[in-house]
Amino acid sequence: MMEALMKIFGKKEPSGKVARNRLKVVLVHDRINISPEIMENMRNDIVKVISKYVDIDMNAMEMSLANDDDSVALVANIPVSRMKHDKGGLK
Amino acid sequence: MSEIYVITSGKGGVGKTTTTANLGMGLAMRGKKVVLVDTDTGLRNLDLLLGLENRIMYDLIDVTEGRVPYKKALVRHKKYENLFLLPTSQVKDKNAVNPEQVVKLCEELRQEFDYILIDCPAGIEQGFKTAIAAADVAIVVTMPEISAVRDADKIIGELGRADKENIKLIVNRIRPQMVQSGDMLDMDDINDILSLECIGQVPDDEMVVTSTNRGEPCVALSGSQAGQAYRNIVGRILGEPIPFMTFQKEGILARLKRIFSL
Repeated sequence: MMEALMKIFGKKEPSGKVARNRLKVVLVHDRINISPEIMENMRNDIVKVISKYVDIDMNAMEMSLANDDDSVALVANIPVSRMKHDKGGLK
Repeated sequence: MSEIYVITSGKGGVGKTTTTANLGMGLAMRGKKVVLVDTDTGLRNLDLLLGLENRIMYDLIDVTEGRVPYKKALVRHKKYENLFLLPTSQVKDKNAVNPEQVVKLCEELRQEFDYILIDCPAGIEQGFKTAIAAADVAIVVTMPEISAVRDADKIIGELGRADKENIKLIVNRIRPQMVQSGDMLDMDDINDILSLECIGQVPDDEMVVTSTNRGEPCVALSGSQAGQAYRNIVGRILGEPIPFMTFQKEGILARLKRIFSL
């Protein structure tokens, strides 16, 4: 809202604030320094846990880090082929 | 108890050497016995900032390679007799000295000095690793500029990986008017982004240039704002609770109030 008003009146956001916001985003990226190897290990462990409960389609699985404004999320898209109706992981 | 500080920044040109010279002289003015070790081999400048460039006989590399004992390479300051410089070589490169040699040298220096300040080269390569090896405390110098803050963040990460946990921040070359108008990151912004303990904010001050021209660090000049900021930092290093300077420009209303003493 404020931004829209500022645009109408042709007033720019103070550049100090712009710098602050840009830095916050870039540092989130810089600080996450996960090697492909660690990512692969994490993926395998996640698969192991989920497979106890459901059958998943390993080939269609996608996992990545995404950033959303000022935080980073681990986003996984794991297609489920069917539920396991036996005892599953409940032991 | 002696303490070893490394002054580092990642980015070049933010004022590492100026900070080293001023804090070193400031500590010496307070009666401490101080040695400044320049590890910016090949690009030495600490000697110039202290006005000692004509007195150098031996350098850090002569010491680490065992040609002379460190005492022979030390240059005593002209005015402050408990301030010493261990200059580095201007002709060798950063590979001429390694972390183990610096650690060994600093252990010897600890016996004699209260404060050992190591001026670190820019970058995150070998020279940086050598400079930080012996440090108890790291002072990260940054500027209210997007690239300097990003590089400071990187350096903080590298320090963490090297198990250096005691890290302090100095924000250098602040322009109060620009902060006031919202066109410059302020100390709180930078604190918030880097989440480090800030031990000083130094205003951009023309006297830093003129005092560097003369080889006399501005910490000794009573009329210099930056000098006052450095004296405050020295006090904080000595454990004194000194409030931060405020640079707020006086508004018209505040000025009127003051004039009419309301």
